Amino acid sequence: MDKETLAITFGIAFGFIARLRLLQSDYRQYPTYPHGQVIHLALGLIASALGAVAIPALLKPDYTAVTFLTLAAQQFRDVRNMERQTLQKLDESELVPRGFSYIEGIAMVFEGRNYIVILAALFTSASVMVAGWIAGLVVGVIVIILSTFLKSGKSIGEIGAVYEVPLRVEGPNLYAADIYLMNVGLPENRERILQNGVGIVIEPLDASSRITISNLGQRQAILHDVSSILGVTRDSGEPALTPLAKLDLNDGRLGLVVLPQEKNISKLIQIIKNVPVLESAIRKPNQFDAKKQV
Amino acid sequence: MDEKILAIITTTPELVGGASPIFVTKNVDELIARAFLLEKILDAMVHKLNDSTYIIVKH
Repeated sequence: MDKETLAITFGIAFGFIARLRLLQSDYRQYPTYPHGQVIHLALGLIASALGAVAIPALLKPDYTAVTFLTLAAQQFRDVRNMERQTLQKLDESELVPRGFSYIEGIAMVFEGRNYIVILAALFTSASVMVAGWIAGLVVGVIVIILSTFLKSGKSIGEIGAVYEVPLRVEGPNLYAADIYLMNVGLPENRERILQNGVGIVIEPLDASSRITISNLGQRQAILHDVSSILGVTRDSGEPALTPLAKLDLNDGRLGLVVLPQEKNISKLIQIIKNVPVLESAIRKPNQFDAKKQV
Repeated sequence: MDEKILAIITTTPELVGGASPIFVTKNVDELIARAFLLEKILDAMVHKLNDSTYIIVKH
């Protein structure tokens, strides 16, 4: 086998393995879609082929071959669009929707991962071309390990303390501990909420996480994850039984009422802790430097 | 603004008014029964303003 073929084969193989590894964490966002996975694996294969071909083509030298990398970037931007559109359509039939921010986050991740695959394939094939297949093997393994670090960002558990609080009703008003949630008009609904509902408070650890938690998209993402994993006691025509999150304006704590079908508190808290922090919800006021002149 | 008052249900019609449909009931039991029915029909949330007036709001 000549050097180019070897480089391309290695590049494709490692790029594809990187995609496979990155796909694992998508399970929560995409609970059961064998065909969705096939789509992303196929795209991952194409991405790794693109990345793998680039360096051998340059060294050949066949410079024009590199121009189709730009075509590839275009192609993968469409992945994001495709993902966004599908999820938005599906969101309409969810009892507890994901919300736009969560969808955008997922779509962004899918696009980003294809680029990671291209880079993984590129580095692997480049090192095969420069230093032989053993170097390619080593670089490939390193790149895959590195890409796994990019897989997941922060989760709610890292930016806030999550604990259960009692729900209480005062007249028509529903509270989680001392945080006002909503006005529930019908006594029947109040009873049902008290019976099936669980009150949760998320207490932000610092000023940055306080802003993140107050983001509406982030709150919706938390409610969606809980409802999709533990189920939700709700139907259309029952607007009072919507899980809800409200802020305490004094100290930034977030009060939630969720109505899981399976009332397993420790699991519930674990799920909330594992909810990803959305990229669009991250703000960093702590990094503002007042002394710096603009 | 997406929020909209779809209906008002009350036992004291002299205290409410405006452009929404107003349902007047004789007593509180009837008030709650009416509110329950309208909640299901309109798929909108029932809020209690006071003991004599409930509103149906689409969120």
